[in-house]
Amino acid sequence: MANVNKAIKISQKHLLGIQDLSISDVNIILSEAKQFIGLNKSKNKKLDILRGKTQINLFFEPSTRTLSSFELAGKRLGADVMSMNLNNSAIKKGETLIDTAMTLNAMHPDIIVVRHQDSGASNLLSQKVNCSVLNAGDGRREHPTQALLDALTIIDRKKKIEGLKIAICGDIVHSRVARSNIYLLNMLGAEVNIIGPSNLMPKDIDKLGVKTFSDMKKGIKDCDIVMMLRLQNERMTSSFLSSNREYYEYYGLTPDKLEFAKEDALIMHPGPMNRGIEIDTKLADDINKSVIKEQVELGVAVRMACLKIFCE
Amino acid sequence: MKKQYFLNANIIDPLNSIDEVGGLIINENGKIEAVGKKVNKNNIPSREKYIDLKGNHLIPGIVDMRVFVGEPGFEYKENFRTLSEASLSGGVTSVVTMPNTNPVIDNVSIVDFLKRRGRDKAKINIFPTATLTKNLEGTNMTEFGLLQAKGIVGFTDGYKTIQNTRLMSRIMRSAYDLNSLVMQHVEDEELARDGMVNDGIISTQLGLQGISSLAEKIIIERDLTLLEEFNCRYHISQISSEKSLEVIKRKKEIVDFTCGVSINNLSLNENDIGDFRTFLKLSPPLRTENDRLALIKGLSNDLIDVIVSDHKPEDEEQKRLTFAQASTGASGVETLLPLALELYHNESVKLNKIIKTLTCNPAKILKINKGNLNIGNDADFCIIDINKPWIVKKENLISKSKNTSIEGRKLQGKVTNTFVKGEELFRV
Repeated sequence: MANVNKAIKISQKHLLGIQDLSISDVNIILSEAKQFIGLNKSKNKKLDILRGKTQINLFFEPSTRTLSSFELAGKRLGADVMSMNLNNSAIKKGETLIDTAMTLNAMHPDIIVVRHQDSGASNLLSQKVNCSVLNAGDGRREHPTQALLDALTIIDRKKKIEGLKIAICGDIVHSRVARSNIYLLNMLGAEVNIIGPSNLMPKDIDKLGVKTFSDMKKGIKDCDIVMMLRLQNERMTSSFLSSNREYYEYYGLTPDKLEFAKEDALIMHPGPMNRGIEIDTKLADDINKSVIKEQVELGVAVRMACLKIFCE
Repeated sequence: MKKQYFLNANIIDPLNSIDEVGGLIINENGKIEAVGKKVNKNNIPSREKYIDLKGNHLIPGIVDMRVFVGEPGFEYKENFRTLSEASLSGGVTSVVTMPNTNPVIDNVSIVDFLKRRGRDKAKINIFPTATLTKNLEGTNMTEFGLLQAKGIVGFTDGYKTIQNTRLMSRIMRSAYDLNSLVMQHVEDEELARDGMVNDGIISTQLGLQGISSLAEKIIIERDLTLLEEFNCRYHISQISSEKSLEVIKRKKEIVDFTCGVSINNLSLNENDIGDFRTFLKLSPPLRTENDRLALIKGLSNDLIDVIVSDHKPEDEEQKRLTFAQASTGASGVETLLPLALELYHNESVKLNKIIKTLTCNPAKILKINKGNLNIGNDADFCIIDINKPWIVKKENLISKSKNTSIEGRKLQGKVTNTFVKGEELFRV
């Protein structure tokens, strides 16, 4: 039944980025995901929707939460899940992404979930394998399931996205989460503010239909959602910032800056957090304001939905 | 060699201001004996056979000022024989080879090897360059005088830029003393670090590190400022942006220098990169449509002197990678002229100007007697069917590497015959 629905509904074979999705694609994924939220809270979490299917998680970059989330999602749906944490081990032996793809393709997987440090890696992989490819993050380009789980979290708490004012703050230039969220939140009718120091802003980002701010208080003003991003020190090859302490002073989310947002504003963060650098540690743990744990929880549901929909 | 006669050709020889229907006579030694409208049936002894070109165009053989050959060190990408065959099919009869080989061309002994290989394996004229600095390190300059005496036509670090300003000023002084040609790839290394594409909305969307056009502008500003003080023969290898043209326009009134552009930057823009097409990872990068149009205007306004192919053969393995890992450059020597003719067909540049930037302009910069149809010169020329439509397919390319930036492009105009020293070495 699910397969029949898929053939009619979803427009893409692969989930490479939010950019490729239509609004109806997004609604299909989100409504499917909603059905798994309850299941994930119940005692018996196992389904057999993907029984007999093989899911390969191909991770070239270190990851704990995304990898475990995808692994758990696949297992709860009954798929045979294999996770390959390559972290350049094959690359070091001289094997290219395409070689790896061809090798895996020969094992007839039904779906490959890929994370890679280079932008466009999932696109390249999708051209070389027969099965569907889910992008679990490619370089700075896209991280579609993160944006989808963020949207689901917002909808779960605010009951809508249209008309909300959402601030995305921090290291925008290195962030695939920011890019995917900009596309998705724009598509769903939110007003998006992008906040960060000029050194961490990608060129011409305003052309994506967002407002940019280097003054955090102005950017955060009257926002319903404040989404903080991780400072990606591992991608910074030269001096972008003077110090973490100055960054925290101007761009860290603190109670006094949060005052400028709406009173019932929610705090989000894709994790892992640098506490005391981009976010005040008490705020991060404030269950009345922070939905960071909920993001993780709904992440499994979104990934289950994606696996179900894109798995042939 | 028998004497050869060609009639009814549309002859364009910008150096001699010939742009007329006429003929060409090649003597027994492969030299040009007569050319132009005065050559007609009456000049030809009745018993002699002649070739009626039926209005096809006849132009001097093209001089391509920027070509990478894989020899020595990367013969699997391109050797002198394959480069020669590819060039001939595109009407290119002279190429200037870049010194970024392995070993690099930075000393007198390797030049002998290069010239011998070029002579034995290539049928076209090879004009080698040497590096500006030893081992491309950007620290110590090479022996311009001695290298020049061995036949080196110019000095360049190829796809690398001299970053050190003091060294650059010293290079210019030496080049002034020895009358050497300096050809600079203009890019500030720090500003362009890790960059792959133009810095703008495309780089933001693709998540690729951008290269600001300022990286190019700054080196041009710096070099031309130095040049005001140390006036040597200086050539900007390639420019890619409107910003650079603004500097060039201003400086042209003060100092003498010349400037080139790659056919890629005249024919493509950053949008063509599409879904991470690694064959379009180029240096300088493809920029905006606005930049492309400015470059075309720069050609017409004489701010840009030459068009080059920037032929950089790369094997498939180096391109079947993620964009970040893929090597930079595109093959292009055999499509240089047909792609340039696109600018004529869409009425953006006059035909005479296109031919000029491909023949006598580069020859003049290099101080070589090529790219013209002077009486007594080697008969290096090609014949073009200027309206012939065709489609670029990589499997039809002759070059050893198939990394064309214009796969599937519909072109109009094809080289039908190419002659070097009076000998027909290519026929379609």
